[in-house]
Amino acid sequence: MKLKQLESLLGDLQQFSQPKIELEQYPTGPHITSRMLYTAENSFGDVSNKVVADFGCGCGTLGVAAALLSAEHVVGIDIDPESLEIAALNAEELELYLDFIQSNVMDLEWRGQIFDTVVMNPPFGTRQKGVDMDFLHVALKVASQAVYSLHKTSTRDHVKRVAMRDFNAASAEVLCELRYDVPKLYKFHKKKEVDIAVDLWRFVPASH
Amino acid sequence: MRLLTHNMLSSNIKGVTNGFPLRIEAEKVVEKTVEMNADFLKKMFEKIQWKAFIDASRAMGYTELPEEVDPTTLESDEFLSKFHHALLELHLEEGALVCPETGRRFPVNKGIPNMLLHEDEV
Ligand SMILES: C[S@@+](CC[C@H](N)C(=O)[O-])C[C@H]1O[C@@H](n2cnc3c(N)ncnc32)[C@H](O)[C@@H]1O
Repeated sequence: MKLKQLESLLGDLQQFSQPKIELEQYPTGPHITSRMLYTAENSFGDVSNKVVADFGCGCGTLGVAAALLSAEHVVGIDIDPESLEIAALNAEELELYLDFIQSNVMDLEWRGQIFDTVVMNPPFGTRQKGVDMDFLHVALKVASQAVYSLHKTSTRDHVKRVAMRDFNAASAEVLCELRYDVPKLYKFHKKKEVDIAVDLWRFVPASH
Repeated sequence: MRLLTHNMLSSNIKGVTNGFPLRIEAEKVVEKTVEMNADFLKKMFEKIQWKAFIDASRAMGYTELPEEVDPTTLESDEFLSKFHHALLELHLEEGALVCPETGRRFPVNKGIPNMLLHEDEV
């Protein structure tokens, strides 16, 4: 599938109707998502024929993108049932079969490094400090090949240090820096759009 | 939820040491046809816990899988198509996953298991 085609399919997905502030529910736009998954597939071969997890999947954008790029099996996990309902509809609309689980990402118990690849846009941790790194910790335990994740550019050194030193990652690499316009979803955002710099990371987990 | 997901998951309740596999209570199972990928199946065969998988497929009403398997079984196309069907085409639509140690039920509605823990289970 061509990048443009992927981006346009993702643009048709339904997103959070009533985003919940405390869960940091803002969607990953089609531009960022298509590039993230396209790079994972075309530069690294981490998507097609793989078992992929989408942590904090929300309305399923990243997981759907993985399925569109021929991931063999995709599991989306989110704590919020309303988002999962939308995610399931999004998948159905495109005749894709994804599995969804309602859970706190940090509470699930997986049987070892059972996923090939984890893709995620975790909460940045502005409401609940450190939650982005908690997501990463779990992802690096259950993926055998790679973890793709978005983190605020302002936290780059911290992310690298924690991933390598505390989570034992074999490598942690920023693939590119992106502008992420978090739309004005919440009243406390004064401007119409808050444009923040985020890094697209690729982590390679330690082999167990 | 497919049986592949089921085979990856354990009960996550605090204090539980033998949380795998979750027992399946199937009220409604649906079948969705997908293309078979033999290489993928061979790779997954290494990762699947066979006993848990057989029991799960029976709980879903599918009894075609052989009890005993070894790597040569994978050479058979007939076996592969059954394996494919049970692993990727059967979906638990309504029912529950039950913790083998505590008996706690995690309900499955519209194909989505609710694995949220109560406060005292975290
Ligand atoms: C920034 S949004 C990303 C949504 C989606 N992945 C996307 O790309 O559009 C973060 C998501 O994580 C979910 N979430 C927050 N905390 C969570 C937790 N502890 N466990 C599981 N999901 C969580 C939220 O409900 C939300 O859907």
